[in-house]
Amino acid sequence: MNPVNYLYLAALLFTIGATGVLIRRNAIVVFMCVELMLNACNLAFVAFSRMHGNLDGQIIAFFTMVVAAAEVVVGLAIIVSLFRSRHSASVDDASLMKL
Amino acid sequence: MSAQLAAAATLSAGTSTGEAVQFWILGTVAVIGALCTVFMKRAVHSALCLAGTMIILAVFYLANGAYFLGVVQIIVYTGAIMMLFLFVVMLVGVTAADSLKETIKGQRWLALASGLGFGILLIGGIGNASVSEFTGLGQANANGNVEGLASLIFTKYVFAFEITGALLITAAVGAMVLTHRERTERARTQRELAEQRVREGKYLPPLPAPGVYARHNAVDIAGLLPDGTPSELTVSKTLRERGQVRDVSTDALDDLKALEQRAEERLERGAVAPATFKRSEEASK
Repeated sequence: MNPVNYLYLAALLFTIGATGVLIRRNAIVVFMCVELMLNACNLAFVAFSRMHGNLDGQIIAFFTMVVAAAEVVVGLAIIVSLFRSRHSASVDDASLMKL
Repeated sequence: MSAQLAAAATLSAGTSTGEAVQFWILGTVAVIGALCTVFMKRAVHSALCLAGTMIILAVFYLANGAYFLGVVQIIVYTGAIMMLFLFVVMLVGVTAADSLKETIKGQRWLALASGLGFGILLIGGIGNASVSEFTGLGQANANGNVEGLASLIFTKYVFAFEITGALLITAAVGAMVLTHRERTERARTQRELAEQRVREGKYLPPLPAPGVYARHNAVDIAGLLPDGTPSELTVSKTLRERGQVRDVSTDALDDLKALEQRAEERLERGAVAPATFKRSEEASK
């Protein structure tokens, strides 16, 4: 099997995630699509790491995971506080900074 | 240790047929899971599909010799992050069904078209890359994957690692600040709430129970008013917002209709009566 197949899969997953961010209006689902994009990048990094025979790609993927965890915590807190003030998780309703 | 080294040796040799089979089967499932994440209507279903895709990605990491990352992917991503998503869906998601009304005209089709274009661009770009063979991680993983990663993190990437610690602390504090809510006014007592209801004259007695005058008394079946229409007041607000109220108001009438029809068939009316009427009409001619 050609190693480039892993890159194709990563590109496909990234594209699906990006399309989801554009299409969906529920903030939680948009956020999940962002996570999908991050995971696709991680897959590409791990495949690169094996292609070049060193572990730097895996280190980058590891840091991506840590940043994603921090991002999820803050993002979900923002969604919860938005939901409290607007009673909706739709990204259309959050067009103004204040109520 | 020898088994690990053997595995590392096979990794350095390139890809096996087994890995190709695994890639095509699991890759298909991963893409289907990703598509379901985007196109499922309810956020819970999206979250579960995404969790499946992430587990498959963990298997791919393991197959690519990233043993530590594969385990971390399952524990941190699928175990912690997706469960956090599910918690928030439970907190928020009851009323958070996506509205299907487009606020920007043609946005959905434009988004699909640009997504397709982006995908073609990306995949075309990868197609131009000349990658034929894996170098393999046999040498890098020789002392074990975790040891290899640790020796890199604590030497070459130690500064980034320390910054990551600061980031995690900031994120934890940020989440607490964002979700913390100080109660600025005193909570109203039961007496004050009752007085307010009387003043507004809205609905004074306790809410009616579900299923009153209906044929079942399950909580998701609205009670019937004397004229047979279901009353929204009898079903809890959560069920109403989820759209899970069952309507049985027409069941009694349907049953009655079926009973009448069966009685008519038993008495052999219906088919016979028009015929006699016709005959009498002919007789009058």
